Amino acid sequence: MSDPILSLRGINKSFGPVHVLKDVDFDAYAGKVTALVGDNGAGKSTLIKCIAGIYVAESGEITFEGKKVEIENPRDATALGIEVVYQDLALCDNLDIVQNMFLGREERTGIVLNEPSMETLAAKTLDGLSVRTVKSIRQVVSSLSGGQRQTVAIARAVLWNSKLVILDEPTAALGVAQTEQVLKLVRRLADNGLAVILISHNLNDVFAVADYIAPLYLGTMTTQVQTKDVSASQVVELITTGKSAGVGASK
Amino acid sequence: MNSAVHELSMRSVATDYIARVKSGDIGALPAILGLLALGIIFKFSSDYFLTDRNLANLITQSAPVMVIAMGLIFVLLLGEIDLAAGFTSGVCGASMVLLINNHKFPWYVAFIVSMIVGTALGFAMGLLRARLGIPSFVVTLSAFLAFQGVLLLMAGEGGTIPLQDRFIVAVENNNLSPTQSWIFYVVAMSAYLLYGLRRVIRGRKANVKLELFKVWLLRNAILTVLAGAATYMLNGQRGNPPQSSIKGMPIVVLVLLGLLFAGTFTLQKTKFGRYLYAVGGNAEAARRAGINVTYIRTMAFVICSGFAAIAGMLFASRSNSISPTTGGGTTLLYAVGAAVIGGTSLFGGRGKMRDAVLGGLVVATIDNGMGLLGFSSGTQYLVTGGVLLLSASVDAISRKGAAV
Repeated sequence: MSDPILSLRGINKSFGPVHVLKDVDFDAYAGKVTALVGDNGAGKSTLIKCIAGIYVAESGEITFEGKKVEIENPRDATALGIEVVYQDLALCDNLDIVQNMFLGREERTGIVLNEPSMETLAAKTLDGLSVRTVKSIRQVVSSLSGGQRQTVAIARAVLWNSKLVILDEPTAALGVAQTEQVLKLVRRLADNGLAVILISHNLNDVFAVADYIAPLYLGTMTTQVQTKDVSASQVVELITTGKSAGVGASK
Repeated sequence: MNSAVHELSMRSVATDYIARVKSGDIGALPAILGLLALGIIFKFSSDYFLTDRNLANLITQSAPVMVIAMGLIFVLLLGEIDLAAGFTSGVCGASMVLLINNHKFPWYVAFIVSMIVGTALGFAMGLLRARLGIPSFVVTLSAFLAFQGVLLLMAGEGGTIPLQDRFIVAVENNNLSPTQSWIFYVVAMSAYLLYGLRRVIRGRKANVKLELFKVWLLRNAILTVLAGAATYMLNGQRGNPPQSSIKGMPIVVLVLLGLLFAGTFTLQKTKFGRYLYAVGGNAEAARRAGINVTYIRTMAFVICSGFAAIAGMLFASRSNSISPTTGGGTTLLYAVGAAVIGGTSLFGGRGKMRDAVLGGLVVATIDNGMGLLGFSSGTQYLVTGGVLLLSASVDAISRKGAAV
């Protein structure tokens, strides 16, 4: 097994008296989907916010591409090639697909926006993800379906040669067919060589795409397992009790 | 299908447009239809309405309101409002006139100072909204009252401050000669067409078709003909020769077109314009994309008040004076009405510079046409209020329709 692209060791984070993350270890690998699962309040969101630079961990080490790094704000994360797609997607409904994909990082010639160049690059990225569901990339986002919006948000995250993409509940609001589409897209991201962290409540989704499963239980990482080594009921046990017979003992 | 070379045809353009209208993105359609309908009604009810003389009148009458509306669009795009814009123009106009009268400033220095006064007022309102988070409705309502007070104090006992400076007065009262008007028409129109053509060719080279060429051609042909017809009418005689001869394009048309161009360029072609739309559409998303939302909000108010200062100059020019009611009365409501009737949304995120001009023409036409037909001011206000309410309803309903 190759070395992980992102590796967290002994991460701690508290909010006042509440100790949310306790000595969490976590790894994500290039070309693999790592699912982060856990019950409400287990600390999933806090953990990804520590990776994304929204929170700063109190102690612990973050290694990215073999080097020890400090991620103190979202800009640091972006500079490393870490992109997060939040559950609310953060898209502007009144802008079109290209405008949303380049929001905040527009290309210009002089002071004038370079639309043809942005449009070409956006089309190339969508093609690279084999996205064929949108009719025109000049459609405004308000006219898109939930799955298409998710696609745009993901495409925006990979537009910048990012290396690690974190997806927060990408299928939570979607119907069956659209969930399928988005999961295929998630798989394709990994197949293109990106490291993907997938946060999900839905074990069906997790088993459909994830290579690794990392269950959090009350702020502790029980044990990171390969999907092929566990059954759904074992994962449920890990999520709800923090341990499961037959799976590597929890710490 | 590769979306970059998504094949366009007349039919697909038409179906796309109908789909857009159905989904609530109606753009300038109501304003154009309204203008046509009003034009036809007034044409048949008043012999004077569609004459050379009245067209020039309509433009000079509505110019200050249009300019305020242009500025308001920057604020409305964010889903904010500037209720003080009318009196901002009054205060700025008064500053300019007082500097010319009492301190013998040359007109251009006085005008620049009035612009600085305007942008400073806008900056203050913008900071209160963006930094302190006071709703813009409250900030600008207070400013509305306060600026009215400032204007009263500036006008003093006399009440009205007269203006004699011939350069400022010329803007709303003098015209280009017919030859100059035609030269301007040809130069401006060809520059516009060549720029559009360059865009089409560049798009082709990059294999990106932003618009179907046939549609572009049709749209620009209509525009060329309409602008030509307007130039022709403005060149008609509207004085009483031989005593007086008045013909040609009013100078204020140049001011309006210049501002329209500058505003459109800023909104559509620059990063700042893009960010205005983004903040108006989803401020949180904009913030996460690294956009400085506080800066964008503040600047929108600065620009709005800057436009109001220019409108103040036009008010002074049009009536050769500034009075304590300049920019008061119906000014602000007409300006907001113009923007909304033109297609700018009160909820933010949707609107264009041209909305101010189209909507401004609608408002001015109602005002002017009903005046010609002898309706009382009461009836005129009633109708204008109704039209504004109607377009705000269309705005609200189309927003509902667009919601997924």
